[in-house]
Amino acid sequence: MEGATTAVAIAVAMIAAATPLIFAALGELVTEKSGMLNLGVEGMMLVGAVSGFAVEATTGSGILAVAAGAVAGMALATLFSVLTLALLANQVATGLALTLFGTGLSALIGKSFVGMPLPGLPHLAVPGLSDLPLIGPLIFGHDLLVYLAIAMTFGVHEFLYRTRPGLILRAVGENHDAAHAIGYPVLKIRFAAVLFGGAMSGIGGAYLSLVYTPMWAENMTAGRGWIALALVVFATWKPARVLAGAWLFGGVSILALHAQGSGVAVPSQFLNMLPYLATILVLVLISRDRTRIRLNAPACLGRSFYPTV
Amino acid sequence: MDRRQFLVSTAAGAVTLAAGTAAVSAADKLKAGFIYVGPVGDFGYSYQHDLGRKAVEKALGDRVETSFAENVSEGADAERVINQFASTGYGIVFATSFGFMNAAVKVAARYPKIKFEHATGYKRGPNLATYSARFYEGRTVVGRIVAHMTKNGKIGYIGSFPIPEVVNGINAFTIALRRIRPDAEVHVIWAGSWYDPGKESAAAKALIDQGCDVICQHTDSPAAVQAAQERGIWAVGQSSDMTSFGPKAHLTAIVENWTGYYVDRVKAVLDDSWKPIDTWGGLSSGMVQLAPLNPAIPADVQDLAKQTIADISSGALHPFAGPIKDQTGKLVVAEGQHASDPDILSMAYFVEGVQGTLPT
Amino acid sequence: MSFDAWPRLEPRGEPSPAMVWLTPVIAVAATVVSGMILFTLLGFDPVATLQAYFITPVSTRYGLAELALKATPLTLCAIGLATGFRANIWNIGAEGQLTIGAICGGGVALAAWGHEGPWLLPVMMVAGVLGGMGWAAIPAWLRVRFNASEILTSLMLVYVASLLLDYLMHGPWRDPEGFNFPQSRQFGPDALLPIIVSETRLHLGSPLALVAVFSGWLLLARSFVGFQIRVIGLTPLAAGYAGFNQRRLVWITLMIGGGLSGLAGVIEVAGPIGQLTPSISPGYGFTAIIVAFLGRLHPVGILAAALLVALSYIGGEAAQISLRLPLAVTGVFQGMLLFFLLASDVLIRYRVRLGASSHRRPAPAAQGIR
Repeated sequence: MEGATTAVAIAVAMIAAATPLIFAALGELVTEKSGMLNLGVEGMMLVGAVSGFAVEATTGSGILAVAAGAVAGMALATLFSVLTLALLANQVATGLALTLFGTGLSALIGKSFVGMPLPGLPHLAVPGLSDLPLIGPLIFGHDLLVYLAIAMTFGVHEFLYRTRPGLILRAVGENHDAAHAIGYPVLKIRFAAVLFGGAMSGIGGAYLSLVYTPMWAENMTAGRGWIALALVVFATWKPARVLAGAWLFGGVSILALHAQGSGVAVPSQFLNMLPYLATILVLVLISRDRTRIRLNAPACLGRSFYPTV
Repeated sequence: MDRRQFLVSTAAGAVTLAAGTAAVSAADKLKAGFIYVGPVGDFGYSYQHDLGRKAVEKALGDRVETSFAENVSEGADAERVINQFASTGYGIVFATSFGFMNAAVKVAARYPKIKFEHATGYKRGPNLATYSARFYEGRTVVGRIVAHMTKNGKIGYIGSFPIPEVVNGINAFTIALRRIRPDAEVHVIWAGSWYDPGKESAAAKALIDQGCDVICQHTDSPAAVQAAQERGIWAVGQSSDMTSFGPKAHLTAIVENWTGYYVDRVKAVLDDSWKPIDTWGGLSSGMVQLAPLNPAIPADVQDLAKQTIADISSGALHPFAGPIKDQTGKLVVAEGQHASDPDILSMAYFVEGVQGTLPT
Repeated sequence: MSFDAWPRLEPRGEPSPAMVWLTPVIAVAATVVSGMILFTLLGFDPVATLQAYFITPVSTRYGLAELALKATPLTLCAIGLATGFRANIWNIGAEGQLTIGAICGGGVALAAWGHEGPWLLPVMMVAGVLGGMGWAAIPAWLRVRFNASEILTSLMLVYVASLLLDYLMHGPWRDPEGFNFPQSRQFGPDALLPIIVSETRLHLGSPLALVAVFSGWLLLARSFVGFQIRVIGLTPLAAGYAGFNQRRLVWITLMIGGGLSGLAGVIEVAGPIGQLTPSISPGYGFTAIIVAFLGRLHPVGILAAALLVALSYIGGEAAQISLRLPLAVTGVFQGMLLFFLLASDVLIRYRVRLGASSHRRPAPAAQGIR
């Protein structure tokens, strides 16, 4: 029984740790599926984190706060779109510059929120169910954004593979010239995809500052935007695999902490390497089938589009 | 940066332009520079040093002018930043992180007339002083409090990096803890960062899930205190008073206070009495303080804490008084003796009762 | 995002040679104007701030040397990365390769402690290069053998490398006389790069970066490998028909990128730092990605971009100190500078037309990531 309790505790911690990564990675996945490569995830997350915190601190409304995180992420995504879609700037460099910009901007906005505590968002409490042993905390005890992240995973999958707009979005990412020739508004679709990515990164950041550790501190994302970017590659652009990848990364990180806490005689630095090594290892295992990876990577990823004729 | 501030600074600019004499008196001011390793918005180590800088401005008014550089990398950039202060008329420069040591040594040699101060290092020179805080003294007090507050004797401890300052803190805590609760165990997790709220929170939760009922930390964010509050257990904060982040969980915090030191040292330069000394301040000097104790701590334990602070301050109690055994059971400090300052400064072993490993 | 009634872009038949040189000037001018607005809004004297940012830091010999010093690792990493980017090979782990280069080169210096000689420095350099290459060989091998994306593997290995350095500094390699603080011994004189301008920190590593610029240009513009890289980057299919070996190019570009990043790492520890410490690079390997694209993946452009980016960092520091301009503002300003530089590139290939276009011309060939 005690072993089962510990396993559930690890799973619960893993799910929470993975949630910001899931949001950011799903958003970036949709962005990339449309052919856009936005490396500014870290910057958008930070701006989302500080905006969400600021709104929660001033209005006390959790829903408004999460929405503010999304809007802030979209604001940065709009900047990215203007540069890359309208002015055809290089996407990789613009994304990296967006991270620099977002880091500075979030610090500027956040000056007056340093050291301020917040209550955090409420957790789900289903009468009767949340108190069940094991199953209660594992299934019914999370905060609401955890469920939203899981729902979004399936929602994004449904959208991309079961709806017509999703099909068009993928077509734009595969071959923008052909999509344009058929008459699809390539730039509008890409703009929408980038905005969605910004909103999701913003929510991922807001999850950190509102739920996971309700506080604001400069650079509090601590590199999670980069992990989210890596997860999209890891997931071979499949939404369900984003979920699996985030849980793998989060799970191994939590296990490494547990190993340290129980006094395993391995230097902590080596234990802390495990999530990265595990991600590489699993990627190698799933990448061996060459043709399947090729089918998933959007062919026009990172390419600028200029409408002709 | 509100409108009011904008108006004030433009007005100040206008005054300086209008009155040539104002510029002359500005040149007589002592300029004090501060170099921080983190952002001042970290609410941790760099934040505390910056409070000290602000205190200098407040205490010495128009006799000083201060400035700072934040988030300075401990690599090649440090020397340039220190040099930037030295070459632009600063009279005293505080390099507030260990990693700035060799850079400070090099620049100090180049500018013999300027005073330099380096925090937590061990190299001094004719114009280079060092200063640090005996955080471990606070850890002894905390160890005694925790010994009375823990139920199962399983304590979680989140460390940043395995450096002597953190290691001797863990040891001082464990020694004090186990003199009252000999069965107690301290479980250490290294976060590998001074400030990563997400990771610190995850580490705290892992320790709680393993059954720890008190969480201590030698990292700077209040995330562990928040986690303890959520899970209904005790926590001890670090760097700043973290009560507001977990009023039910927060027993106390080990607070570093550089205010008095910085004011004294800058004043010493003004008075021409500055010496390149080594300051290792503890509870007695106020450089290390405990945040207000949680009212839920029983009165006798509160008294014990106060008595411990008084005893350490007076020298009646030494945190590293023997007998002390290391993790392998070997006697490292004999009964009737205590560890010397150099031993404490370079401590690289765990004492008995600590579960965890140090890289060797 | 419709352009119909707005000033619109129209492709030029040929990239404009004038614009190649003019766009950076336009971008800097735009940055200056918007920077002045930003600084004024925040309550800083705009002219004084710009002067403190861009002019004062490089108005002394020491300042100029610092600029070159800071640009050196950026240039080295960016040249290596650009080689790969041109061939659509996405090594984003230069930071990790730099770290391993520093570990290997620094490790040689530590191993030779007490038995030094003039031979030491060259051996360290070689060890650094080999270390960087070895670390880059992992993503190369995983890509070639298992088809694993080098984007992910090279990025993950950055974290692994920095944890390895952290372990060495806190454990086996720490200075035996250093009170167990996390840093190695300071290197002996034979392990340090000689200073080439007195009273500054400018060392022999900076000319080495210039050699790398020239070699990079030679490789890309004059060699068959360079030709293959350019072709594969522009039209991967054609490269396939021509029978170019993609695997070989993966190996070659990652070895160049890893080797140069490793060299940058050893240059940092044998130059300005003079020992191994837990933090060697403030993210040079990542900043170099921006530098590579700002320099339009061309070695000479990279050199210019590295100097400009280095100046934006040094200037930010200086403005923080002299005017108490918050670091956050320098970050925003730096972002703006980069945005303008990237956006103005459009003028090279397109011209701005007002009103609806009279005729439509085909767009230039697919530009891909370039």
